[in-house]
Parts: sequence; structure tokens; C-alpha cells
Amino acid sequence: MPTVDRGDTRIWTRRTSREEWLRWALLFATVALFVWCWQVMTETTIWAFVWDAPVQAVDIGDRMWPPRWSYIERLWWPLWDTLNIATLGTLLGIVLAVPTAFMAARNTTPSAWLVRPVALFIIVASRSINSLIWALLLVAIIGPGVLAGIIAIGLRSIGFIGKLLYEAIEEVDESQVEAVRATGASPAQIVDYAIVPQILPAFVGISVFRWDINIRESTILGLVGAGGIGLQLQASLNVLAWPQVTLILLCILVTVIVSEWVSAQVRAAVS
Amino acid sequence: MSAAAARKWRRPPVLIKNDRWRLAIYGGAIVYLILAAASVPVDPARIVVGLDRGWRFVEGFLTPDFISRGNAIWDGLVESLTMTVTSTVVGCLISVPIGIGAARNLAPLPVYLLCRAIITLSRTFQEVIIAIFFVAMFGFGPFAGFLTLSFATIGFLAKLLAEDIEDIDWRQVEAVRATGASWSQVVNYAVQPQVMPRLIGLSLYRLDINFRESAVIGIVGAGGIGATLNTAIDRYEYDSAGAILLLIILIVMAAEYSSSLIRRRLN
Repeated sequence: MPTVDRGDTRIWTRRTSREEWLRWALLFATVALFVWCWQVMTETTIWAFVWDAPVQAVDIGDRMWPPRWSYIERLWWPLWDTLNIATLGTLLGIVLAVPTAFMAARNTTPSAWLVRPVALFIIVASRSINSLIWALLLVAIIGPGVLAGIIAIGLRSIGFIGKLLYEAIEEVDESQVEAVRATGASPAQIVDYAIVPQILPAFVGISVFRWDINIRESTILGLVGAGGIGLQLQASLNVLAWPQVTLILLCILVTVIVSEWVSAQVRAAVS
Repeated sequence: MSAAAARKWRRPPVLIKNDRWRLAIYGGAIVYLILAAASVPVDPARIVVGLDRGWRFVEGFLTPDFISRGNAIWDGLVESLTMTVTSTVVGCLISVPIGIGAARNLAPLPVYLLCRAIITLSRTFQEVIIAIFFVAMFGFGPFAGFLTLSFATIGFLAKLLAEDIEDIDWRQVEAVRATGASWSQVVNYAVQPQVMPRLIGLSLYRLDINFRESAVIGIVGAGGIGATLNTAIDRYEYDSAGAILLLIILIVMAAEYSSSLIRRRLN
């Protein structure tokens, strides 16, 4: 117990003086880094615009209300596209992520020296690059439209599903694997009968969780031309049709809340 | 004996045990998939044209060009990194009180509802949508990006912190309270030590997310490496774009590795 002596009495302190110094040093370093970063970042900031922000905010708020309800007619089809981008994209992600995960997991990889690093790199690369950037690339390559959105979502999902799935595979109960192996099962049968049943609940949970995230992400892919409700958002922003923007944001809000609810229900059911 | 031999083992259904439900869910999924796949327009001619461009991108990725747009890439990276650091610090500082307010076992109901509302608002919308609004209000540049990322950090960190506080060992709180500690002393001596390691871990994780997001919000004008990347792709300079993507991947890898090291040391 750290204490300090003050005259004859020993007084309790929370930390030793060494810890105390270390904390202050860390705090000082953080503050210094923050101030330095702040200065570099705000070098090009035009402060007049920043101080003007409340006025702008009130102005935009004024223009946004009330929403233009009649515009909803034109939103059903983009909403359906958005749902498709998220769902088909998640499926594509699953199809690509499952083999990657099995190659990345230490206990199922065919070769820890050759295949595993490649699989891990695929996972990191896919995780580091946001679906909007994938979409930006794909729109340039295969042209604007829903297909680019689906592939973008799929490529981004590999990393997420692959990472969580390979961690689940590495945590399986080895005794079940041994039991199935003892019956003379082939490697494929071991995976099928000993590993798959153990990771299936985690797999469903992960996939539905990613689907929920993908719904959110697919709402904005249209900003770079990859289909869905983001296209309408971009079009409305370009012509400064703020009442339409409000309606689109409300639609996104409802979609996201519904998808979150569905995903929570499914995850509660499988776990 | 012969009757038993005739009974063959069949593997039970793996996921949905109820026959009817299984049929209904799988059937519904197939119908949806057909409808969805049919409504996706595919233009084979355009894809064939694009494949060439796709190949050029792969080539650009394999032979990245860090030099010819070196200045723009460097500026973008510096903007992204400084934005990441400042927004994570500010976001963490703001999300601590909101996280405490959103924990039902510490906060009174009105405060709880207010804080939960802030968290929901921040979590619902994509960073990019928030960035559009902040750019419209605060002008182009990294300042709008900083605000966006700070706002997004609040929703993430405050929610997880609140859940963590709700799960703490309540006996420690009672023990500290029994010594006559005030509310702030209870938070400081009974709650904070229990949630601190996880809070630090989550902050480091958010630092990593904020960097990745800072690469995106530049597309709508909020500064950072995203703007540079967008320009490179618009100009079909795939070797520069490849260099930027490689840098993003490397920085994310380094951040992930160092944060896992720090977290391991904390535990």
C-alpha cells in the first residue's frame, strides 16, 4: 500500500510517487501532442467560416424543414437497391471470407508459412480500406451502378467477417476435433463435423452484425455513384433541395433502426 | 438386430431445428435472392471496357508511385493524422461524461435519456453524412473533419463505456460509499479503476477507426488523405492511388499492432 510519511503519521495515497510522476509525464506528452496536432491541423482553417457556423446551421435547419413528403415516391426503388447492395454484398463477403478465415486460422491453415500470411494480409487490407473507397475504385473500373456497390460492400466485408471468424475457429474445442479424427474422418469431414457445428452460431452472429453495418454503409455509396439511396442524396444536395435531404435522412434513420432491430433479434436467437 | 441395423443415423439440421420454420426461412431467402439479383442491372460491355482499367489499377497497386504526387500525399497524410489525434482526444474527453450519464446505475433518469439520445443520434448516421453537414456549416478543410470524427467518437465510446459501467462489480461501489464518499468520490475510486483498462483499449481502437474514417470523409471535402485519393482516382493516376492505399494499409497495420501491444501490457 503506497503511503507518504508526514512527521510521525503515515498517510494513505492512491499511487506511489513513481506512478504519480509517470502519469503526469504521460498527461503532459498527450497534451503536447494534442496542441501540436491542433496547430498543424488548423493552419489552413478559415476562422471566419467557423465563427459563422451557428448562422449557417440555423439557415440550413430553416431550409430543411418541413420535409418534402411527396418525394417519397421516388425513394422506394433506391431503398430497395440499398437493401440489395447490403444483402448481396454481405453474401459476397461471406463467400470470400469463409475460405480466407479457414486459411488464416492457425489450426486449419494448409500452410502456416505460406498461406497464412497471405490470408492475414487480405484481411488487413480489406479492413483498412473503407467501402466508400472500394466503391470509388470500382465505379471507375466497372462503371457506376448497383453492381459496383455490391462488390465494394463484399470486399470490405471480407476483412470483418474473416477476422472474427478465424478467431472463432482458433478457439474451437480441440477435443471434439480429436474425437471426430479418431473415427477415421478425412480433413474435409473433420471441418464439416467437428469445426463447423462449433463456429456456426458465431458465424451467423458475425454475418448478421456485418449486414447491419453494411446497411448503414450502403446508404452512402451512392455519393460516389455506386447506387442506392445515396444517389438521391447526392442529387438533392447538388441542387440544394434541403427538404428532400431531410426526407432521405429520415428514410435512412428508419432503415437503420429496423436493420439494427432485426440484427439484434437474430443474434439473440442464435446465441 | 436387423431392425436396428436398418436405422441409419442422419445428421440433425445444424441451425434451425423446426422443420416448418426452416422451410419458410430458406424459401423466403431464395425468393428474395432471385428478386434482388434480377433487379441488379449489369452491363457486360461496360465491364469489359473497365477490365482493362481494373488491370491498370492492379498494376498501379503493385508499382506504387510515392514520388510524383509526393507533396500532396504528404500533406494529406499529415492532415489525416493530426485530425485523427485531435478528434480522438476531444471525442474521448466528451464521451466520458456522456458515458457516465448514459449508465443507468449512476445517472438519474432524465440525464440517462438525454445522454442515450445523443449516443443514438451520433451512431445512426454515417460519418460521411455528418461530414457533409459540417462542411456546409464550417467550410471545407480538416476542421470539419475533426468535428465529424469527434462527434462519431462520442457515439462509439460513450455507448461502450456506459455498457461497461453498467456491468461493474457493485460491491466495490457499496464499499466505497460505506466510507461516506460523495458521488464524485464513488466515481473516482470505485468505478474508474474498474473501467479504465477497457476505456484505454477502446480509445486506442477508436484512434485506429478514426484514421480509417479520415481517409473517407475527404471525399466530401472534410480534408485528409481521402481528398488526395479522390483526386488521384479522378485523374486515373492509379499508381499514386495505389501508393496512398498502401500507406493507409501500412498505418492501420502499425496502429493495430501497437495498440494490441499496449493493451496486452495493460492486462
